[in-house]
Amino acid sequence: MLNKYPLWKNLVIVIALVIGFIYALPNVFPDDYAVQITGARSSTEVNQRILERAVDALEAKGIAVKESELQDRDALIRLNDAESQLRARPVVQDALGRDYLVALNMAPSTPEWLKSLGAGPMKLGLDLRGGVHFLLEVDMETAVEQRLEAISSQIKRELREERVRYRGGDLEGDNSIVLTFRDEESRSEAFSLIRDQYNQFLLDEESEEGEYRLVLTISEAEVKSIQDYALQQNLTTIRNRVNELGVAEPLVQRQGADRIIVELPGVQDTAAAKRVLGATANLEFRLEARQDAPAATTETYEFRDNPNREARLERDIIATGDNVSNAQQAFDENGQPQVNITMDSVGGDLMNRATRNAIGRRMAVLFIEYRTETEEVVVDGETRTVDNRVVEKGIISLATVQSALGSSFRITGLDSIPEASELALLLRAGALAAPMYFVQERTIGPSLGQKNIDAGMMSVLLGFVLVLCYMVVYYRGFGMIANVALTLNLMLLIACMSILSATLTLPGIAGIVLTVGMAVDANVLIFERIKEELKAGAPPQLAINSGYSRAFVSIFDANITTLLVAVILFAMGSGPVKGFAVTLSIGILTSMFSGLMVSRSIVNLVYGGRKVEKLSIGGKLANV
Amino acid sequence: MSEVEKKPIDFMGIRKVASVVSIALVIAAVALLAIRGLNLGLDFTGGTSVEFEYQQAPELDEVRATLYEAGYEQFVVQNFGSDTSVLVRMAESENDKLAVEVTEALSAGGAELQLVSSEFVGSQVGEQLKEDSGLGMLIALAVVLIYVGMRFQFKFGIAAVVPLAHDVIIVLGVFSLFQWTFDLSVLAALLAVIGYSLNDTIVVADRIRENFRKMREGDSEHIINESIHQTISRTLNTSGTTLVVLLALYFLGGEAINNFAVALIIGVVVGTYSSIYVAANMLVALGVAREDLIVPPKEGLVGQEEEEEQPPEWLNRM
Repeated sequence: MLNKYPLWKNLVIVIALVIGFIYALPNVFPDDYAVQITGARSSTEVNQRILERAVDALEAKGIAVKESELQDRDALIRLNDAESQLRARPVVQDALGRDYLVALNMAPSTPEWLKSLGAGPMKLGLDLRGGVHFLLEVDMETAVEQRLEAISSQIKRELREERVRYRGGDLEGDNSIVLTFRDEESRSEAFSLIRDQYNQFLLDEESEEGEYRLVLTISEAEVKSIQDYALQQNLTTIRNRVNELGVAEPLVQRQGADRIIVELPGVQDTAAAKRVLGATANLEFRLEARQDAPAATTETYEFRDNPNREARLERDIIATGDNVSNAQQAFDENGQPQVNITMDSVGGDLMNRATRNAIGRRMAVLFIEYRTETEEVVVDGETRTVDNRVVEKGIISLATVQSALGSSFRITGLDSIPEASELALLLRAGALAAPMYFVQERTIGPSLGQKNIDAGMMSVLLGFVLVLCYMVVYYRGFGMIANVALTLNLMLLIACMSILSATLTLPGIAGIVLTVGMAVDANVLIFERIKEELKAGAPPQLAINSGYSRAFVSIFDANITTLLVAVILFAMGSGPVKGFAVTLSIGILTSMFSGLMVSRSIVNLVYGGRKVEKLSIGGKLANV
Repeated sequence: MSEVEKKPIDFMGIRKVASVVSIALVIAAVALLAIRGLNLGLDFTGGTSVEFEYQQAPELDEVRATLYEAGYEQFVVQNFGSDTSVLVRMAESENDKLAVEVTEALSAGGAELQLVSSEFVGSQVGEQLKEDSGLGMLIALAVVLIYVGMRFQFKFGIAAVVPLAHDVIIVLGVFSLFQWTFDLSVLAALLAVIGYSLNDTIVVADRIRENFRKMREGDSEHIINESIHQTISRTLNTSGTTLVVLLALYFLGGEAINNFAVALIIGVVVGTYSSIYVAANMLVALGVAREDLIVPPKEGLVGQEEEEEQPPEWLNRM
């Protein structure tokens, strides 16, 4: 029969709408101010005892705790307002010490029964609600030092290859490398070799007591370019890491000569964010020193998981984490976690050259972590917090080189799966060109201002109501039906955004406005078709049926093309482009559902299966 | 609209004039972009970030109003850590005395505040990201070309993509002409314009395709005219409702989203125009003919099968 939906179809629609209602609902409840406690390392666990210690400390300081709860890997303490949140953080941090990270957070206050269904509100972006602000500082001295270190290793390797004998090479204070030679002849050979290939250096010859020295001093301009490169590289890395965190619409920008601002909206787990952003880890691949190697060319490091075990390594670095192009967590034959590494062509080349002549020797993977530790010191009777920068280097694995390594190999000997996957994430997200330290962590307000946000929301709402009125005036009864579909479409859109925990920002609102436009368009297309059919003399039931099915082709083509664009923008774009693409693609899908199925179902319920004389669709033609 | 019914408006009659207008507008827009360029916002250029500590928590909207009155145009004001601490980001970066000037401007009204720090900030959009987004845009256009080329016909693909470029260039041209701030929200609006314009164009193209298969007489210009006539009330209704939302956004949405709303308003108007006078025009110019769209008859069914585009079977059941 015409215009009658089977029961199952109506059921599908009702079920979809009920689910949509439930998942859209959490957006009605406001968020709580909270502080979150997480272990500083992925292996540190937060337990009930720790949480109680934090709550006791807060109560001792007279800060009211609204609620405290232990979550999967961390703990959350809810507070009454923004002010007590700001006061609470240092108190909790002091009470727990530096094994734990204490971060500011906004916790959704979704009722328990909704939460148990996995429902939560959608996040609002930096422009609409603010977020957390991190300020990171790049250690420029180390950046230059590391670069010189790398160049120095490279020069020494080339000297060896050219069979120029040298005694030693070292970095010296004012941005120079000093090479020492046994005789003048090897020095002048080295001089011409270096002059040709390393023109960023100023070369100086010095001699004293039978020692022939060659001093390579790097120019100021070159230092500046190394620093610029380091900052740019770190900026890119941080952007990649933020993307790996899955935060929509983050802000990552440069501040001044050596700082980077990172702002994250609506982040639930700021502590994890801080760990991934701040874990400024790098790797170095080095060979174990031979027994007879002179002490000046070696360094001794402890193992990361066992401080009692040590190994003596060569000072020369084969390759660093910068050369890693991909890293994946996997398992070895014994079910132990490992990280599969792929190097870029330069890295693979370096690896191959170094391991070719080292089969049977052992190679170490050295993990380098840069951290900021806060310490309280008493100066002139005043207690102050001082930030100390700590560099920790530890060996993760020391394995015998079985054959010459190429661009892909693996790191084994990791403690746990979380450790392996975090290491893989850090390596994949790119190594930092220079260490970085947290200088500041603050919450920030919305960048648009409450008044603007209210005005924006108000105007979208007003515009929406005007559209509803317009539809009723123009299409009468069918207009009403379109309006119900349109309203349900917005509800479904919000529900989908909440389920995907997408972030709503101003560009996102653009997507919604466009979606409303396209949802209206679907119904306008259908209704115009029905009118045409009526005009052509079709009976009402037939007009409805062919109106829907003929308009369908247009709606399908138009929406699918737009959806393709949205999906590509999502895949390629970032930040605001992505935010826009998300709302648009979800909106297209929900508006196709509501515009075609929901409105059809209502039309069927109203007109279907009975004799109809005329349709309430506006215009004189409806009376035909 | 029943009076108009009998005699369709001759949309394509002024198609030559429209071509001249469109080409002139695009050339003017490109020239403007080349000469004046875009007034890029803080998001793209970076600028100066100044931090203040107030004695008493200020009303941020008053701070914004004060700055606006003092003649600053591009800035972002937000709380920073506590409600007495305020961060102001400004687009200017060359002026060394900016921080002091801003402090003076803000304290002129009697507010007690202290300058905490002032520093240069880089752009929010990284070089690489800019490139990725541009590439994404190009790929999107290519995919549209291919999809429409396959679903319709290659000439329709061109007729779908050219209006998109047309609309984007003209919106950019208007922004260049008035030197309105082009920031990330305007970029988002521009993407929405693409989506809107594409939707509009495809709906019109769809009807043209249908009519080519259905109408047995008349040249292509006539068929296209008839198709536009049949869809015009839908086109105007849809543009009208979308414009209603946008106008509300423009007049009531406040300072911060003005540019965003303007970009969309221009985009919708130009997009509506282009779906007729660029897309349909292109089809006439490319010489679309009935033969381009005839569905090849299925084997064994030679003859009078209805040549209407049908949605896939599974979709029909929806």
